[in-house]
Order: sequence, then structure tokens, then C-alpha cells
Amino acid sequence: MKHTISVLVQNHSGVLSRITGLFSRRGFNIESLAVGPTHDDEVSRITIIADGDEHTVEQIEKQLNKLIEVIKVRTLAKDECFARELMMVKLACTAEKRSEIMTIAEMTEAKIVDVTLSTVTLEICARYKKLERFIEIVAPYGIIELVRTGTIAIQKGSESMTAKK
Amino acid sequence: MKMKAAQAMVECLKAEGISTVYGYPGAAICPFYDALLDAKDKITHVLVRHEANGGHAASGYARISGRPAVCIATSGPGAVNLLTAIATAYADSIPLVCITGQVNTDQIGSDVFQEADITGAAEPFVKHSYLIKNAEDLPRAFKEAFYIAGTGRPGPVLLDVPMDVQNTVIDFKYPASVDIRSYKPTTKGNNLQIKRVLDALSKAKKPLICIGGGVFASNAQKEINELAHIMNIPVITTMMGISAFSDDDPLFFGMLGMHGVKTANAAVNECDVLFLVGARVGDRAVRTPLALEKNTKILHIDIDPAEIGKNIGADLPLVGDAKTVLGQMIEKAKPMQHDEWIAHLDTYRTEREFAPAIEGTVNPRKFIQKLSKAMPQDTVVVADVGQNQIWTATGYHIGEGGRFMTSGGMGTMGYSLPAAIGAKMAAPDRAVMAVCGDGSFQMEMMELATAVQHGVKVKVVIMTNGSLGMVRELQEKGYNGRETAVALDGSPDFIALASAYGIRSMRVTDDKTADEAIKLLAEGDEITLVEVKVDPKASTL
Repeated sequence: MKHTISVLVQNHSGVLSRITGLFSRRGFNIESLAVGPTHDDEVSRITIIADGDEHTVEQIEKQLNKLIEVIKVRTLAKDECFARELMMVKLACTAEKRSEIMTIAEMTEAKIVDVTLSTVTLEICARYKKLERFIEIVAPYGIIELVRTGTIAIQKGSESMTAKK
Repeated sequence: MKMKAAQAMVECLKAEGISTVYGYPGAAICPFYDALLDAKDKITHVLVRHEANGGHAASGYARISGRPAVCIATSGPGAVNLLTAIATAYADSIPLVCITGQVNTDQIGSDVFQEADITGAAEPFVKHSYLIKNAEDLPRAFKEAFYIAGTGRPGPVLLDVPMDVQNTVIDFKYPASVDIRSYKPTTKGNNLQIKRVLDALSKAKKPLICIGGGVFASNAQKEINELAHIMNIPVITTMMGISAFSDDDPLFFGMLGMHGVKTANAAVNECDVLFLVGARVGDRAVRTPLALEKNTKILHIDIDPAEIGKNIGADLPLVGDAKTVLGQMIEKAKPMQHDEWIAHLDTYRTEREFAPAIEGTVNPRKFIQKLSKAMPQDTVVVADVGQNQIWTATGYHIGEGGRFMTSGGMGTMGYSLPAAIGAKMAAPDRAVMAVCGDGSFQMEMMELATAVQHGVKVKVVIMTNGSLGMVRELQEKGYNGRETAVALDGSPDFIALASAYGIRSMRVTDDKTADEAIKLLAEGDEITLVEVKVDPKASTL
């Protein structure tokens, strides 16, 4: 089962390797990992999508908490957060296919960010499942390149996950 | 005050009250060693003969002093050699501050001479690590390192200091306090949870307390004793918990596990409530935690929340420092009666019978038992790894105030002698004895020189049977007796070796020489080596 784990860390150098090292040596599987700064310049936020049963996720949380630079760990249930991922796809596209792809872009709320004589590049920001569907739809045109950021997630409503000073 | 960071490193150690350090110098740590020379009246540097042994010696020192101890190595191979000791300390939650030299900051990453990414390599085995790239950060990093190593669940912390950083002049001021926003270990137990644990214990018909190494880490021997006696609950230990409870206590039923004693294993199998205190339920202690968890109510105190529920599910988790939590429990605990249960467990107690040994050897268990009765009661006995470890763990009689130590989690061969050296330096007035085999001794025998050089009066018992006995035993039972790579042919004459170091020694080949050797070990504060020829057929089971 997939789990969304949000981790607030001190943004020291090496902290990311400590976290990924922990996952690999404890045998936890990472599906995606996204990291970036927050409004607190001492703190970065990492969103990890991990695979495992309840016991595994509990261990992941506890082991992450043991890392000195980890400030807070929270597993976000599917219905309590908004999760998004950004993806860019470069498709093989000749002039005659362009309008078809434009229609797909419109229907899926993807954006065309670049066009050449032989390619078109799209960007789409959505939930994991929607991205998977999008890939299915555009695959027949010929995917030349595909890049994804990994999921980030934030809690719904007024609940928040901030680091106390 | 303006000074080189290398001097500041020494000042940091002084501020932490460090008086003994174990290390091995090299180019990249030379600025620090140079500064250490000026502090030689305050800090004794013990030159070990291998970096790993410096780490083990610091481990022995830390276990007896109850405070973080320091070991030092140079960059590259020195640091990499230290890894075994770091991993060993990590597995047993021993507080170490490990200082390594590193190549100049502008050379890091370019594979220069004696460069190794030691913070990277040590990451799986450290509680935390620092690569200090700015000299101004050094005092804070040192302060935090000692704090992190010694608080919460103790463990090793690595400080990697590039040579140019050591040579940078800084304005030194040692921080008075530590505030790490992401590190606040829970020490006090939750009151409601404590009430629940006490409730469960008082409702139990056949309660049992199992104590582990955490009891030493938190110095809770007195508290566990008090609680067990107030509530009249039998006690067993893991290997790491041995000597936290006296063998003479009628409530004590020995060590559990694969190599444990019958009384302890019967107690675990039959109890209805098992109260784990600072014990992580390792696979050698409990082979089938799932079965145990099904039939028994598990109460678990640990300062590390990750240990609760990791190997065995806990019905009642209780996060906190054992000493503090047990103190809280003692305040509320009510006297209980479990006479029937204890009397039942007593029926499993049997006097061990010793099989006669073949000509020219002795029965190892018999020797260990006799030895333990002759040694001063407060002796620190450090068992190595292998058959000698099991014979000592289960056969050495620990009285009030005695202490047993071993590399329990990692099972690192060659731990006993260097750890004994560290322990002896932490407690010069106590007898300290390493018990090892002919295999493990040959991984550590270079440290005899360290003991001689620094006048550390340890006792060394080598139980020789000419082979790597534990592996041979495994091959005998699990591989149809196909013995491979276990014969220790080519071993030196250990008595001649002792003489080469100028160490008094004796060889035991029968009961008469055993008695003489035991006298030699028990009396006099002098470095002593005793080789005990043990029956090669003697097993640990």
C-alpha cells in the first residue's frame, strides 16, 4: 500500500543522504521523493511516497524521527491532503498530429510549453493517478522524454504541519 | 579567546571533563595531536595498536564511567579502521565521540592521499555525524556531539575535522548549553501509561521482568531491583542485561535466549505478562517473537520509540528513560505476592553438572564458575565473542556489584581486551578481566602492548581449543560436521607470547593448574595472561 509521508528537516547538507540511506538500509521502498525549501529558511520539507504495510510505515516514521536533523514526520492519509505532482513530457509530433495533441492538452488541463517541427512539450500538474492516465493517452504519439517531480502534499483545511522553533 | 581550532578541540574535551582518549595519529589529525601535547597533564592519550581497538577501549571506558568516551583516528584508512568499533558501539548503544582527521576542505572529493568519505561510510552506524567545514562551527558541533552521544538512547557520534579547519584560528567560546530544535528525547514516562503498566503487572498471575542493556545505559540497576522486590516479580536478562541483577538474588532466573539458561527460557514461555525494560528483543534473545506476543501480554519500556513494536508488538508501550520511569513506578507500586509462580520457577533450577574433560584440558564451564567465585565480587568481566562468550555469560557467577560486558548486538570478535583496557582505566581500583578464545585473542593481541605501555593492569583469560569453536559447532550441527576454515593451526605459544611482552602468565591443563591460575588472576593488581586449554569437544548448548 502506498503512503504519503511528509518530513520537516533542518536544511543541512547531507540530510537528504541520511534519509535515503535510512530507507535503503532498512529495506523500505521509496516510490518518489520531493524536496524543497519552506517559508522557514532553516527548514526543508520532504515528501516521500513509500510502499509498505502498516508496520513498515510505523517503523519508517519512528526511524525517521530518530535522525537528529528530522524535526517532524507525518503520514498523510489520502483523504486529508491535497497531493500534486508536476510532469513534463516531450512527444514526437509532426504538423498533422498537432491539433490532436492540443485537444488532449485542453481536455486534461495540460499546458503546451514548447513546440518544434518534430516535437511538442507538455506540462501537467495533477495527482499521481491522473498523470498515469495522461501517460497512457499520449504514449501512442511517441514519448521522447518524460520527467516528474515526485508528489508533494499539503493537509486540507486549517490543519498544518509547521516546525516549532 | 583566539586560538587554533585544533587547540579549541582540546579545550572542548577539557570542558567535557575528558581525561583519557584512545587513538592513533596520522597526518590529517596532526594539528590536533600537536595541541593535545600541551594538555598532557590533563588528558592522557592512550596509543592503541589498531584504530578499531581505540574505539573498543573507549567503549569499555564509557560503559564503566557512564559517560561518552573519546577515540581518535586519522583520515582515510585510520577512519575506516575505526568503523568496526563505531558499528559495535552503535549496536550496543554505547556513547562514543569519535574524532577523525580529514583532508583539507578544498581537496575533499578529489581522491587525494588518505581521503575517505567517513561521514558517508559511517552513516548507518552513527547516531549523528558532523563534517566540520567551517572552523567557527567546531565548538558547537563538539558540544552537540557529546550531548547527542550521551542523552536519549546513547550512541556513537562522529566528528570529522579537515586539517585546514584544525589550523584555522577562531574566537573560541564553548557553548554553555545545547538546543537542537529537532532533538528532544522523552525521558519521563506518561503518567496514564505508567498507571496502565502497573495495573497490568498487578493483575498478572505470572509476571516476569526482562531487562536489557538499556538498564545500564540509564543506570537503573537500583530502581529495577527495588521495583522487582516491591512487586515480588521474577527477573531475567538478555545478554546485554547480565549483571544488572545479582545472581545471588532469589528473584533472579538468568539469561534468556538461544544460548540462555533453562530457568529464564521456561519463565518466558510460561509468564502471562512480560515487562521488557531497555531490551530490544533481539533475534538471539527471542527467536519467535510472534508466538510470544500471541500468548503473553507485553509491556515495554524503551527510551527509543522505534524499538517498541519493532521486533515484538507491545500491548502497552512506555517511552522514557528506564531510571526515571521505574522511579515513577516505584512511587505507586504496591506489594504483591507471587510465591507460587516463583516456587514453580525454582523447580527449574538445577546444579550444572560438568562433564569430565579429556586429558590435558579442563571443562570450560567448570573453570569459569570456579574463577568467578574466586575473583573479587566487583570485578568487571569482559567476554569476547564465540564459545567463550556463552560460557562466560551463563557460567560466570555475578555477585552484588559485579559487572559483565560484551559486544552483544554486533558480536564483534576482538572486543574484550581493548574494552577491558578502557574499563580498567575508568575503574583502576577494580579488577578487570577479559575472557576470550584463541580466535578472538588473535584479533586483539596487539593490544597487550598498549596495556604494557600504559601500565593498564588487565587480566586476560584465553580459552584455547585450537579452533574457531562457535563456527565449528555450527558446522557440526548444521553442515553435517563438515568442518571448514576453523582450524587455528599456526597459533603462537601464548605463554611465550606473554613473556615476549614481559607479562606474567600461566597455562591451565588440569584442575591443579586451574586452581593455581585462578589464584594468580584473583590476586595482585598486575597484567596477567592465563591460557586455559579447554576440551575441544565442549559445546555451548
